[in-house]
Amino acid sequence: MPAEILLQSALLFATPILLAALGEVLVERAGILNIGMEGMMLAGAFGAAIASQATGEAWVGIVVGGFTGMAVGGIFAFASITLLADQILVGTAINLLALGATGALFRAIRGGSGSYFLLPPLEVIEVPFLARIPVLGPGLFTQNILVLLALLLVVVFSFVLKRTGLGLRIRALGDHPQAAASLGIAVARERTLLVLFAGTLAGLGGTCLALATATTFVEGLTAGRGFIALAVVVFGRWSPWGVFLGALLFGLASTMQYELQASSFELPHQLALMLPYLATLAVLLLVRGRSREPRELAARYDRL
Amino acid sequence: MKARLSIIAFAQIAVVAMLLSVAAASGLAWLAGASPLDAVTALAWGSVFTRHGLEATLMQATPLILTGLAILLAFRSGVFNIGAEGQFLLGALAATVVGTQLPPFPGQALVALAAGALAGGFWAQIAVFYRLTRGVGEVITTIMLNFIALYLISWAVSGPLQETSGDYPQSDPLAEGARLWTFGDGDSLHAGIIVALIMTVLVGVLVKQTPLGLRLRAAGLNPVSARLAGFPVTRDIVLAFTLSGALAGLAGAVEVTGLTGRLFARIGSGYGYTAIAVALLGGLQPLGVLAAALFFGALGAGAATMERTADVSAVVAVAIQGAALLGLAIVAALHRGWLPGFAAAESSEAEDAG
Repeated sequence: MPAEILLQSALLFATPILLAALGEVLVERAGILNIGMEGMMLAGAFGAAIASQATGEAWVGIVVGGFTGMAVGGIFAFASITLLADQILVGTAINLLALGATGALFRAIRGGSGSYFLLPPLEVIEVPFLARIPVLGPGLFTQNILVLLALLLVVVFSFVLKRTGLGLRIRALGDHPQAAASLGIAVARERTLLVLFAGTLAGLGGTCLALATATTFVEGLTAGRGFIALAVVVFGRWSPWGVFLGALLFGLASTMQYELQASSFELPHQLALMLPYLATLAVLLLVRGRSREPRELAARYDRL
Repeated sequence: MKARLSIIAFAQIAVVAMLLSVAAASGLAWLAGASPLDAVTALAWGSVFTRHGLEATLMQATPLILTGLAILLAFRSGVFNIGAEGQFLLGALAATVVGTQLPPFPGQALVALAAGALAGGFWAQIAVFYRLTRGVGEVITTIMLNFIALYLISWAVSGPLQETSGDYPQSDPLAEGARLWTFGDGDSLHAGIIVALIMTVLVGVLVKQTPLGLRLRAAGLNPVSARLAGFPVTRDIVLAFTLSGALAGLAGAVEVTGLTGRLFARIGSGYGYTAIAVALLGGLQPLGVLAAALFFGALGAGAATMERTADVSAVVAVAIQGAALLGLAIVAALHRGWLPGFAAAESSEAEDAG
C-alpha cells in the first residue's frame, strides 16, 4: 500500500477517536472526568445517521450529529456540574442510556424490515496548496471536512492550552479550582461550556464514524471507541499533539489489520483485529515515566 | 442515627429507582410507538410478580453480583479496574477448556470455576505489571485488554475450541459433570446464585472485618498516608487487583457452567461495564452491590418479557438502567453523604473505620 493511501486511511479511522479525545483533553484539563464519551459519540452517530438518511444531505447529518452530542453533553454538565452528582456515575449512566435509547429507537425506526442504512457520503476536499505536498498532501489534506476539522483543532488546542490566557484558565480549573474561583472565574459555568463543547466534538466524532468511516449505522456502532478515546487521552498525556499521535497510531494499526486480512498471510482475522490494542500496549511498554493528570480531576467542586 | 438514615436512604433509592424505571420504560415505549401501559405491566410481571419472572431476575443478577463485587474490591482500593469485561471473558474461556477438553472427572464443575477465577486473576496481572513497572495506569491497559480478550474468545470459538460439527462459532457443550447444579422452574436457576451470595458474604467480611480490608480502604483513600503508616500498600493493591480479576473471572466461569453450557463470542457482552454501574449504585458496599445487581437483573428480566408481549425491544432495559443510574446519582448528590458515589462511600467508610 502506498504511503499516502495508508496515511489517508489511517487518519479516517483515527478521526472519530481523535475528535472525541480532543474534547476530553479540554474537559479533563478543566478537572472533569467524562467517561460518557462512548454515549455521546453513539448519540451523535445516531442523530447524524437518521438526519442524513431522512434528508439525503450529509451536511444535515453533521449539524444534527454535533447538536445531539452537545445535548448529551448538556445532560452530563447539568447532572455533574450544576447538581454535583458523581462524574463517574453520570458518565456510566450516559453510556447505558445512549446505548439503550439509540438501540431501541433504531429498531423502532427500521422496523422489522432489517433494511440497511446507506448514508450520503461526506465529500472529500482537497485543501488548496497543502494537498500538493508529496505524500503528506494526499494523506493528510485530501480528506472530508471532519478530518480536516480534527487536524485544525489539534493545532488550535495546542496553541490555546500552552500560550493563551484562556488555556491558563482552563488549566487552573483543573488544577486549582478554588484559586480560579477566588480570581473571579465562574468555575461551574466555564466547565459547563467546555463539557458542551466536548459533547459536540464527540458527537462530530460519531458523525464521522457513521458517515465516513463506516458509512452506515448499526446498533452499538461505536463499539468501545469512546473508551479508546479515554485511553488515548492518558496515552497522549493530556496534550493535543500526544492525543493526535495516539489516535493516529490506533488508526494506522486499524488500517494494517485490514491489509493483513487482505494479504495472503495466514492469520485468523480475529487475531488481526487485536492489532490496534496490542500495538497500544506495545508502545506503552516502551514509554517510561509517569505523566501527571490534572490535580482535581473528577473531584466534586462545590462553591463555598 | 446512621442506621436510621440509611434505612430512609435505602427506601428513597428503591422508590426513586422504581419511579425512574417506570418513567423511562413508558417514555421509550411511547417513542417506539408501543403502549406504555403494556410495557410497564410486562416489565413488572416479567421481573418480580411471577415465579418465572423472579427466577429470571435472579439468573440475570448472578453475573452482575460477581462482577459488581469485583469492581467494589478494586475501586475501594483505589484501583480503577475497567477490565472486568476482559477478566470475565478469560474466566469463561478457562472454564470452557476445563469443561470440554478434559476427560470427565469428579468435581469438574468446581475445577472449572477455580480455573475461571485463576484466569481472571491472571488477566489482571498484565495491568498490574504495567502499573508497577511502567507507571501506566490501569484505565488504559484494562480497556485494551478487554478488546484483546474479546478477539481472543472470538478466535478460540472459531478455531481451536470450535464445536466438533464445525457449524457455528461456538464451543462444544460442556461435559455434564462440569455443569452447575440447576433448580427451579424449567432449570433456569443454577447454583451460580449461591456462589454469588457466598462471595457477597466473603467480600463483606474481607472489607469490613479484616485488617486487609481496612488497609485497602486506606490505600484507596490516601495511598501516601497509608504508606507512611507503614502499610504494605503496593502488595495490598496487587492483591486487591488480583482478587478483583479473579471475581470477574469467576463470574465468567459461572455463566458458562451454569447458564449457557458453551462458549461463544458475545457471551456476557457488557457485564463488565454494567458492573461499574452496579458497584457505584451500590455505594461500593457489598449489600448495596447485591441490591443494585438484583435491580438491574429485574430490569433485564422484565425487558425480555416486555419484548415478547409489548413489542418493545429488550435493549430498552439498558436505557432504563442508565436513566435509573442517572436519577440516583442526582438524588445521591442532593442528599450528600447518604448515598453512593465515590465521595459518599469514602466518607461513610471513614466513619466506620474511625
